[in-house]
Amino acid sequence: MASADLTHPNAIEPDEPQPWQRFFSFSVDHKVIGIQYLVTSFFFFLIGGALATAVRVELATPEVDFVSRELYNQLFTIHATVMIFLWIVPAGAGFGNYLIPLLIGAKDMAFPKLNAIAFWMIPPAGLLLISSFFVPNGAAASGWTSYPPLSLVNGQWGELIWILSVLLLGTSSILGGINFVTTILKMRIPGMTINDMPLFCWAMLAASILILLSTPVLAGALVLLCFDLMAGTTFFNPTGGGDPIVYQHMFWFYSHPAVYIMILPLFGAISEILPVHSRKPIFGYKAIAYSSIAISLLGLVVWAHHMFTSGTPAWLRMFFMIATMIIAVPTGIKVFGWLATIWGGKLRLNSAMLFAMGFVSMFVVGGLSGVMIASVPFDIHVHDTYFIVAHLHYVLFGGSVFGLYAALYHWFPKMIGRMLNEPWGKVHFVLTFVGFNLCFLPMHYLGLMGMPRRVAEYDPQFATINNLCSIGSYILAFSTIPFLINAVYSWVAGAKAPANPWNALTLEWTVASPPPEHNFVGQPVLKTGPYDYGVAKQGAVRKPISQLKASDILSGSTR
Amino acid sequence: MNVPSTILTLLMGIGLTLISLWAGQNYHLLLPVSATDVSSEVDRLFGAMLTIAAGLFVLVQGALIYAIVRFRQKPGDDTDGPPIRGNIPLEILWTAIPAIICLAIAVFSFDIYNSMGGLDPMASGAGSGMAHHHHGKNLAIAAPLDGSDNGALPAATQVALGLGAAPESQGKPPDLEVNVQGLQYAWIFNYPSLNGTVAGELHVPVGKDVQLNIAAMDVLHAFWIPQFRIKQDAIPGQPTQLRFRATKAGNYPIVCAELCGSFHGAMRTTILVQTPEEYDQWVASVMPAPESGETAANPAPALVATATRDLTDTEYLQSYSDRLGIEAQAIAQLTTPAAAQP
Ligand code: HEM
Ligand SMILES: [Cu+2]
Ligand SMILES: [Cu+2]
Repeated sequence: MASADLTHPNAIEPDEPQPWQRFFSFSVDHKVIGIQYLVTSFFFFLIGGALATAVRVELATPEVDFVSRELYNQLFTIHATVMIFLWIVPAGAGFGNYLIPLLIGAKDMAFPKLNAIAFWMIPPAGLLLISSFFVPNGAAASGWTSYPPLSLVNGQWGELIWILSVLLLGTSSILGGINFVTTILKMRIPGMTINDMPLFCWAMLAASILILLSTPVLAGALVLLCFDLMAGTTFFNPTGGGDPIVYQHMFWFYSHPAVYIMILPLFGAISEILPVHSRKPIFGYKAIAYSSIAISLLGLVVWAHHMFTSGTPAWLRMFFMIATMIIAVPTGIKVFGWLATIWGGKLRLNSAMLFAMGFVSMFVVGGLSGVMIASVPFDIHVHDTYFIVAHLHYVLFGGSVFGLYAALYHWFPKMIGRMLNEPWGKVHFVLTFVGFNLCFLPMHYLGLMGMPRRVAEYDPQFATINNLCSIGSYILAFSTIPFLINAVYSWVAGAKAPANPWNALTLEWTVASPPPEHNFVGQPVLKTGPYDYGVAKQGAVRKPISQLKASDILSGSTR
Repeated sequence: MNVPSTILTLLMGIGLTLISLWAGQNYHLLLPVSATDVSSEVDRLFGAMLTIAAGLFVLVQGALIYAIVRFRQKPGDDTDGPPIRGNIPLEILWTAIPAIICLAIAVFSFDIYNSMGGLDPMASGAGSGMAHHHHGKNLAIAAPLDGSDNGALPAATQVALGLGAAPESQGKPPDLEVNVQGLQYAWIFNYPSLNGTVAGELHVPVGKDVQLNIAAMDVLHAFWIPQFRIKQDAIPGQPTQLRFRATKAGNYPIVCAELCGSFHGAMRTTILVQTPEEYDQWVASVMPAPESGETAANPAPALVATATRDLTDTEYLQSYSDRLGIEAQAIAQLTTPAAAQP
């Protein structure tokens, strides 16, 4: 069977355990920074989750009874902002930081200091945002989209803090993107062409391109919004001839790509995890790799599908409908490729694999509703309703969050040097899966039947189903407890992890768990391709994927 | 049991088709009553997409469940699976099929969008020069937010984007035009053809071609009638429109679908689709005396003055003012965003 060779020079004895203080320092080690990103973003995930639970408590009944209407709007605004900008985006960057140098055989990221600076922008930005609940008039309350003119007339201080915080987080994300692109393009070990690198690197490359091309536009929009808010300019304010629709274009020029910034890293992670636990090569390497790039480029020209009922002329509505539907094609290629990877394999149904398969299962639901809402006549009905809330949670929770959990279960042993507890992991998976579907599946129906989103009160005919959704959300909130216990306990006292607990073939598994300070001793040697399951024999000379011919692929031969 | 795999595949294909057709047939269970001539077209589109989605859903989930049962690692077996790296014909197939499906949905959607009046040059942004004439009298509703008329608003040359006339009535004026104003947190309906009658509920005769000229007084709102499957944002400084023909008499909710502030969830009213007799009765009961006709010429500034003179509307606004904790008259001041701040 295939397994990395542990007598090989990459594998060395683990260092003495390093002191925990380094996680609170301005460390420039990509592995420390990666863990800093992940722990920080998970902390904000818990805060965002608490806010979501408060929202669901309010919505358990049709009347406004748990919080005031003003506070309700602040709750869902900060919930979404935290989940997007402080959990999913930085958690993706966290895995990127930890894994990319290891996957490509580098000692660190291209710009270690820039890397640390990018991370250290996140905690202050996050704390600033949370603190805005306590300023006069409270936190921002115009939704994570922050459309003017409403965002200009809600509490001024909350809005200002929201803008500053998102600007900081966007800057951090740009710095990270520069680092990822440079590292992936310039620091691969000799012999690893771009067509031999693990698919996670392709996905991070695609996500980083999007970050670099679109985030500056968001920054521009927010700076102008800030002028309107604080200095009385009227870029977007119609009282002075400004145009609120221009803001929407600028916002979505970033924020549609942002949904791919949030999902592409997890597409990459899933493409690593499924082959390892199916004991089979990834199916259609090039198709999956290039579809990431296709998604990222197409993702730049679909933004106005968020504006089908806004001030959007008909020809633009039709253009963006067609462009959006085209994105479903590369997305479908990935999904079918993953299914074919699993098919006929020898599946190890551990927690990582369950979450990875859960990812495929749930993401598909969001992808299917995505194609539906790309259809203009149908979207006119469901836009800004609970149908959209359902869609976005199937892709962001069922997709990104399930993917992050899969990645955490898969790479925890490598990062921490200890194994997570499997039975607890499975309890966590079942609770998450059940709670998630109970909470979000019925929302499709609510939206179709006429319930708008972002409301604190609603037509009593929707009470029963909302109650069901709320119960689902409580299960979901509860589901984090087994994970937290498991992670904390295993970090301190879990079974020691060997260098390669999963018998995986990518380079990070050729070094100790956790890896030593500069990852590799000397120049690491590529002995197998990243997905050579079933073919790699020790000592065999591998043929790089880039040199495989179609006939090799069909016959399964790599030699 | 040893069934040849081709037969198994065939059986599964048939099962899949039946399930997806069954799901697609029942789409109306997931939707509210359909009350205009084109809303049932939108439903048909939804039904078609639901059929396809159900098939793909069952295919993917079925494959995952089958894999869990059939391909799980046997205890003690830690060998690898077969080294299959791809299959180019298969990959071409699963690229082509979604592409064809999406193309078909796009063509179908385009067609439905056209029958909804989305491509009417008057409303689609394609014929702004002509639209100027056509919409000339609606421009007053895109009043400047501070209530003054500075005439410099770009609205004066803009088309009202949104849904226009269905292909068969393109170029014909609608049977009834109503000016709709969204403000925090109410919809106000102004009937130019009824001497500027103002109402808090929308009355329309069944079977007639109705055009709504939509404006926003303060922030964004969105005008949505779920039973009509139509929605359009109300945008300050830019007129928008909807046009429909209700075919089913009844009362339906009008819902604000764009976050507009703390009472956004309460910004709802009713559309009454009435038989001609009921509608005429209502017209007779609200038609103001001719001397107030001047409000029709310039309804926006006179908005609340007119509204408060009318008894039923006073009651209507009163219900909002109770919840807002301010005088009904003070809603007049709500036309500027700053005044709406708590
Ligand atoms: C097959 C791929 C997808 C398609 C065709 C698609 C299509 C759409 C469309 C048309 C909308 C706008 C609907 C509306 O507001 O009326 C939308 C909303 C949204 N989508 Fe997707 N989507 C896809 C995948 C994703 C992914 C992968 C994510 C994130 C991981 C995502 C996240 C969102 C979010 C967050 C919104 C709501 C934004 C808001 O209004 O706050 N979507 N999607
Ligand atoms: Cu989008
Ligand atoms: Cu509203």
